[in-house]
Amino acid sequence: MSSIITFLTGPWATPELISWNFQILVMGFLVCISCALVGTFVSLRRMSLLGDAISHGILPGIVLAYLFTGSLSLFPMWIGAALAGIACGVSIQWLHTKTRLREDAAMGLTFTTFFALGMVLLGLNAENIHLDVACILYGEIGLIPLETDWYLFGKNLGNQAIWSMGFICIFTQLATFFFYKILLVTSFDLSLAKSLGIPVNWVQYGLMFFLALVVVASFESVGVIMVLAMMILPPVSLSFLFTRLPCILWSCIALSIFYSLGGIHLAYAMDFPISASIALTAVFIFLPCCLLGSKGGLLIGLFDLVKKPQIEDCSTK
Amino acid sequence: MSLPRINFSLLGLLSFGLISSSMLHANQPLTANEEAVLGKALVFLSFQDPSLRVMVLGVLLMGLNCGLMGGYIVTRRLSMFGDTLSHAVLPGIAVGYSLTQSKNNWALMLGATFSGFAGVWFISFLSRHTKIKTDSAMAIVLSGFYALGICLIAYLQKSDGGGVANLENYLFGSIVGFSQGDLLPIVCSLILVLGTFVLFSKELLATGFDPSFARSIGLPVGLLEFSLSALLTFCIVSSLQIIGVVLVSALLIIPAATAALITIRMDKLLLLSGVLGAVSGFTGCFISFLKNGLPVGPVITLCSASIFLTILWLHPSQGRVCLWARSFKRNQKIRLENTLKACYQVLEELSFLEESFPQSLLGKRRGKSSGEIEREIDALVRHGYATRVLSVGQKQSDLPPETMITLTPSGWELACKMIRNHRLWELYLTQEASYAADHVHDDAEKIEHIIGEKTIRQLERILSNPRLDPHGKLIPSQLDIESGWTREHSSP
Repeated sequence: MSSIITFLTGPWATPELISWNFQILVMGFLVCISCALVGTFVSLRRMSLLGDAISHGILPGIVLAYLFTGSLSLFPMWIGAALAGIACGVSIQWLHTKTRLREDAAMGLTFTTFFALGMVLLGLNAENIHLDVACILYGEIGLIPLETDWYLFGKNLGNQAIWSMGFICIFTQLATFFFYKILLVTSFDLSLAKSLGIPVNWVQYGLMFFLALVVVASFESVGVIMVLAMMILPPVSLSFLFTRLPCILWSCIALSIFYSLGGIHLAYAMDFPISASIALTAVFIFLPCCLLGSKGGLLIGLFDLVKKPQIEDCSTK
Repeated sequence: MSLPRINFSLLGLLSFGLISSSMLHANQPLTANEEAVLGKALVFLSFQDPSLRVMVLGVLLMGLNCGLMGGYIVTRRLSMFGDTLSHAVLPGIAVGYSLTQSKNNWALMLGATFSGFAGVWFISFLSRHTKIKTDSAMAIVLSGFYALGICLIAYLQKSDGGGVANLENYLFGSIVGFSQGDLLPIVCSLILVLGTFVLFSKELLATGFDPSFARSIGLPVGLLEFSLSALLTFCIVSSLQIIGVVLVSALLIIPAATAALITIRMDKLLLLSGVLGAVSGFTGCFISFLKNGLPVGPVITLCSASIFLTILWLHPSQGRVCLWARSFKRNQKIRLENTLKACYQVLEELSFLEESFPQSLLGKRRGKSSGEIEREIDALVRHGYATRVLSVGQKQSDLPPETMITLTPSGWELACKMIRNHRLWELYLTQEASYAADHVHDDAEKIEHIIGEKTIRQLERILSNPRLDPHGKLIPSQLDIESGWTREHSSP
């Protein structure tokens, strides 16, 4: 019993812990929402692994930006990473359409090459870069409260990293809101979208841009692999509960709170890296959804199977 | 056929690099740094150091193994599956470590294999029994297993204080401390892979390219698929120590993708990708040995990627540059032939009464500006298909003198052939394929340049040596062309 109480109250025991963990909670919440919004459309288009590819592909951009500017400030890194991510996406597209390679091979080839390039650049400049590769892989959301504060007109507005993530999050939400119909129709019926005169390719590029933006914004806190969990798991889990896209999108926000809360508690109790425990929480939430969900959950499927046994396939007889 | 060519080009590239770098520094004394690098290169290439020999052998076999396995992965569109699997083995490594409390190779391998199998099972279960698509299932397994692995490793590190720092080597790989014992898993996996590929090559080919056919002839498709993913797991697990979780898929995909650019035969593809994997492993190991701080996995990846890029652009028959050159040449030929055709048509409009015709008529016919026509005629003259003279004719006027063009016999012959190809094809389409007469032009416009003499003979036989095309124009026959067909014959 006491262990449960510690699990629940541990991160919020003292005022210092509360202010520290609250910042992490907000950051995790913002990251989860942005990732989930983009991830919903990405997974609808069966491009889930493109997120993985692009998130690996931004590494050389980050390293190069760091080499040029010599600082860990966010803006140049975003530029570098966004450029690298776009280059990665474009070369995947080019290899896939212009050569004999299939899309999956083009993807695997491009992102591993980009990632290796980034690692070699890091290795060559190891003495003047203080960028931990392991940190890029699983993030350091626990150190977010250490970021410098943001001053506007002499007023201290609080943590800079959280503010910038917040702007990205709002930007993503606004874009989803304004382009909702276009995104909807291009995700579900490409030929209808084409016949309506929607510039399908540009929508695709725009989605890839947002993917790169969100990945870049969140790589520092959750790393390039966990970002995949935060993109794909919310829409997939929710698809077992709802079938309407707006329901899924709205409930992503609620789910994000659970993710970041659960992540913080789990990490505090077991001493795990926070980003990995957010991903684990996501998996723990996914499993019951998949088993018990009312829309195509496994148990429901079994129940249906018992209730009305499938008609025997005549062709086998 | 293509294998020796690639090896030669690779050798050429390598020797070119060596020669050019030695030329650059030929007349300068070597700096200490360069001397150290050269010394290291000599140490590496002499293969005297036994531990170095083990390393090189390990890297070579690993490259061969991954290259061979990759051949099957890439042709079955499972590239990202390999990536997923390589991340999914991470929790197994942590569990294997925690059970034995040592960096015992076999425990780690066993754990990794089990967790790889679990990953495979999850992917196939989720994509088969729920509405989750394969790509989402892979993403879930990849990130979920990876998160679990990271958490477990962090937990172990906390609980027994830094002793597991080595486990992080599995993320990025390292060749430091690679010993003979580490060679054993690679060799075992290679033997398994080779054995399976040799014994079941036909079965694997059938299941890979046509699963329903394979099922219909009674092959155990499910079993074969499973054994292939088991082999893939072994291959990944044995390579993890050197190249790491993130980049092992590079060594699986890139050599095989390179081979797939060149050949479409499976046996050649496997052979090539195995060789390319071994070559990039060796080169990567060599380069990372030369410079401190260069991690071996990324360097191997970059080596294979640069081989891929070289072949993508410069391969003698499939390279992009050669393809561009070929299509440029073809376009030039087509433009030339179109100009000749227009010349014929101009002459036809003049009812073949004149030998030569003014350039402006050609321009009108082709619908192009005088500058463009000028260039096209330049090309004709250069190829010896036409001559041009500035007319100082009887019709003196204020206009500038007109350029008159005369086709040479060879130009005349080619022009006749093009016209014949065009009109024969039009006739064939209207008569045999019942096209409308006003629908056949575009099709004929394309095929006239590539249709061969043999097909022409066939067409003539089918259409019983026609004289007139669907638009009522004359089709010059072979006899006409060969007997120096003149306008006396054709004038009605």
